[in-house]
Amino acid sequence: MKGGLEIAAVANGHAISAEGLVKVYRSRKSEVRALDGLDLAVDYGTVLGLLGPNGAGKTTAVRILTTLLRPDAGRASVAGLDVVRDAQALRCQIGLSGQYAAVDDNLTGRENLWLFGRLYQLPSSDARMRADDLLERFELSDAADRTVKTYSGGMRRRLDLASALIGRPRLLFLDEPTTGLDPRSRLGMWDVIRGLVREGVTLLLTTQYLEEADELADTIAVVDHGRIIARGTADELKSQVGGERIEVVVHDPGAMTRAGELLSGDHGGDVNMDQHTRRLTVPAHRGVDGLVQVVRDFDGAGIKIDDIALRRPTLDDVFLSLTGHAVERAEAEEDGTSAAAPAAAGRTT
Amino acid sequence: MTATGLRTLAPAGGGLRQTLADSLIVAWRNLKRVPRIPELAIFAILQSIMFVLLFAFVFGGAIPLPGGGNYREYLMPGIFAQTIVFASATTAIGVTEDLHKGILDRFRSLPMARAAFLAGRTVSDVVYNAGILVVLMLSGLVVGWTVHTGLANLLAGVGLLLMFVFAMSWIGVWLGLGVPSVEVAQQVAFTVLFPITFVSNVFVPPQTLPSWLQPVAEWNPTSTLTASLRELWGNPNPYASTAFPSQYPVLVTVAWFVVIVAVFAPLAVRRYRSMSR
Repeated sequence: MKGGLEIAAVANGHAISAEGLVKVYRSRKSEVRALDGLDLAVDYGTVLGLLGPNGAGKTTAVRILTTLLRPDAGRASVAGLDVVRDAQALRCQIGLSGQYAAVDDNLTGRENLWLFGRLYQLPSSDARMRADDLLERFELSDAADRTVKTYSGGMRRRLDLASALIGRPRLLFLDEPTTGLDPRSRLGMWDVIRGLVREGVTLLLTTQYLEEADELADTIAVVDHGRIIARGTADELKSQVGGERIEVVVHDPGAMTRAGELLSGDHGGDVNMDQHTRRLTVPAHRGVDGLVQVVRDFDGAGIKIDDIALRRPTLDDVFLSLTGHAVERAEAEEDGTSAAAPAAAGRTT
Repeated sequence: MTATGLRTLAPAGGGLRQTLADSLIVAWRNLKRVPRIPELAIFAILQSIMFVLLFAFVFGGAIPLPGGGNYREYLMPGIFAQTIVFASATTAIGVTEDLHKGILDRFRSLPMARAAFLAGRTVSDVVYNAGILVVLMLSGLVVGWTVHTGLANLLAGVGLLLMFVFAMSWIGVWLGLGVPSVEVAQQVAFTVLFPITFVSNVFVPPQTLPSWLQPVAEWNPTSTLTASLRELWGNPNPYASTAFPSQYPVLVTVAWFVVIVAVFAPLAVRRYRSMSR
């Protein structure tokens, strides 16, 4: 069996692959194409960041790859195992940590890990040992015998991730692992994830933040309306957007034209002007030096500056540049599955 | 393959042994919440005791038992049956919670036996309600209820009650998997369960109901279960009519059990499976 799996994996070549995945959520009132021909390929030992706004289809993709949902069309395999046909064998290879810490509030941290270890089919003593290791590793040893309802948000997330690792999966799926965490817990989570990647785990993570994908992923795939619209390294994506930019807000609306002339003279690029907010934006080819230059020029010309900043491209910039439309944050419900599983509700009819 | 000393047993959709083992683990997990949130069990018991006190001491005086007999002795079997029927609400709420907190997704992403989530739930329901019944029966002894017909009949009655827990548990699972939130689960359950337990012979004689409602009360599984217990335990059952369910309550109760399980177990399983659709 094991030999067979290895051969299948080698034959397939990719740790994760998906071709033309389609998933349509139908309800009485509407029909939502959550995935519309999604293709993916992730090599062993690498990290893919699935980047996109709420409702783009990220969670649906993860749910299909982790056997929680069946695709309406297309094929996908993980570790060489088909997500539909070989679902049960596939589950032995993966760990999943979703958007909502899926741990039992009424059990202690230790009991949670033991429970999931047992259901991962580990013998009880192995499950217990593995739980101890993970509790220590995720700095939960002191809280191990407290019920989870007493945990902080960061602790719950760490326990959730530990639960995903209980069976030492070769492939890990993390769906928005830091959404809702405070900045410090987020950094802590990044460290933990980096550590896992160093150990050779293949990782697919979804995120709404370019910065997070940048920090953790080897390759980024940008998802919009259920398709991959761009892929590449973080640097490649950013350079598509045009790298850093300088943003200046001038005090006097009347000075906008003059300010625009100065900026285009200095930087030669396209100056984007917004009369309403008195904001001018220009690509920053020379980084901080360019910023200093702008301050000098404006000072010399007697233009008063309210605000000036060197800004990295955000997900919004990437989106604007790739799709021509801004991120539509209001589409949250489209990713309905993210809310654990309204999938079940009303879907039986 | 995982390059560790850990053994992962062969992946299986669930051989019988794995299904059994995984179901017991899930049941253990469900039962853990009893000591962790003792309020749940305590209030379930208090609610039943409140009904006993209300009816035994407040309304009971106004409800004459023809041919004599102790009203409290008459009442207790009905209270047991009512408690069991209400248990399906607890099941539904628990299942809905697992569904919406993502626990069920975690279970489904694990190589555990497919049936274990559902089977584990029904097992833990039976064990939990057996515990509740013991407490209620002890309380019943205090207010003057007793079994007149010996241990075998006592056990037969308890067996019927636990069979019904199992049946109601399937209804609870089916409901729990189909509602959008815990609050809705609660509302739906109580909206359905209150009439089921009150349009019955639990508290008052069905003869006092409007004639069109009488057959409903007589065929009501809560009534047939209650009548079975009264008959098995030698508790007063003075309102027995000539209607079939009144004549053969145990038979009808067992038939109800079979029908409920035959209908709702497949429905629940279908709902569970369709989650991946």
